[in-house]
Amino acid sequence: MKFGVVIFPGSNCDYDTFYVLKDILKQKTTFLWHKEHDLKNVDCVILPGGFSYGDYLRSGSIAAFSPLMLEVKEFALNGGLVLGICNGFQVLLELGLLPGAMLMNKNLKFLCQFVHIKIENDKTPFTHKGKKGEILKIPIAHFDGNYFAPAETIKELKNNSQIVFRYSDANGQISEEANVNGSMENIAGLINREGNVMGMMPHPERASETLLGSEDGRIIFESIINKLD
Amino acid sequence: MKVRILVSFKDSVLDPQGQTVKNALHTLGYGFIKDVRQGKVFELELDGISKEKIEKVIPEISDKVLANPIIEKFSWQILEKE
Repeated sequence: MKFGVVIFPGSNCDYDTFYVLKDILKQKTTFLWHKEHDLKNVDCVILPGGFSYGDYLRSGSIAAFSPLMLEVKEFALNGGLVLGICNGFQVLLELGLLPGAMLMNKNLKFLCQFVHIKIENDKTPFTHKGKKGEILKIPIAHFDGNYFAPAETIKELKNNSQIVFRYSDANGQISEEANVNGSMENIAGLINREGNVMGMMPHPERASETLLGSEDGRIIFESIINKLD
Repeated sequence: MKVRILVSFKDSVLDPQGQTVKNALHTLGYGFIKDVRQGKVFELELDGISKEKIEKVIPEISDKVLANPIIEKFSWQILEKE
């Protein structure tokens, strides 16, 4: 199997993601330039973190109009696995592949810190190596991570188990204090109804070796590998 | 011809930036300001397009690109030639 990591102008976690997949997890991995119309036969597309187009207009909005996104959309609609991390999550929301939108963090601050997230759905291709209720320690680094969706959408997300990760404390308590950015329902990550497109604000690629303080992010990549191999 | 488009958060969406501006204005003694909502302004210069076409195209691009209809609303007006 092969991973593709998309590069937009302003992506800054593209090389970290590439490094984790290729050097740590020993997977075939290739970069995908946003201006091309070629997915290079990859089996999983990753939209990495960063500040595509300087967050102009809205985070992720201009990137969503990139030529390659036409292919990514088609790939996703045909069941291909797509993971959006941080800015990649924002791009997926702007693309309409995931429901909702991001607002500025409730305290109007850029947040760069380790957080705890709880796995709410372990039946997805991105989390099946973990267990429901398991707590992961993974860092966040964003300004616009305050998830918002109309009440009707939130209801659907809950009914269809589309909420994959929620911000919690170290013991798994879902509280207002643990909800660092103010997201509705403490949402840190969610999946589409079909179960092949996931977005998450925390950075699993920054928590994939003990040297960096946590290996918890590997669960996400290892789940994908296990699913596709 | 110039068109001005105003994009702002829907009333149902919290605007923490607007709140912060309001608080600052209160600190300065303007306590009569009840609420502040912050938004974005776009000015588009157009050429070779009829008024009828503008009526159709401006809402289209506002909805598709300039505003995110999940959280934002927009309004627009044609500015007279300067």
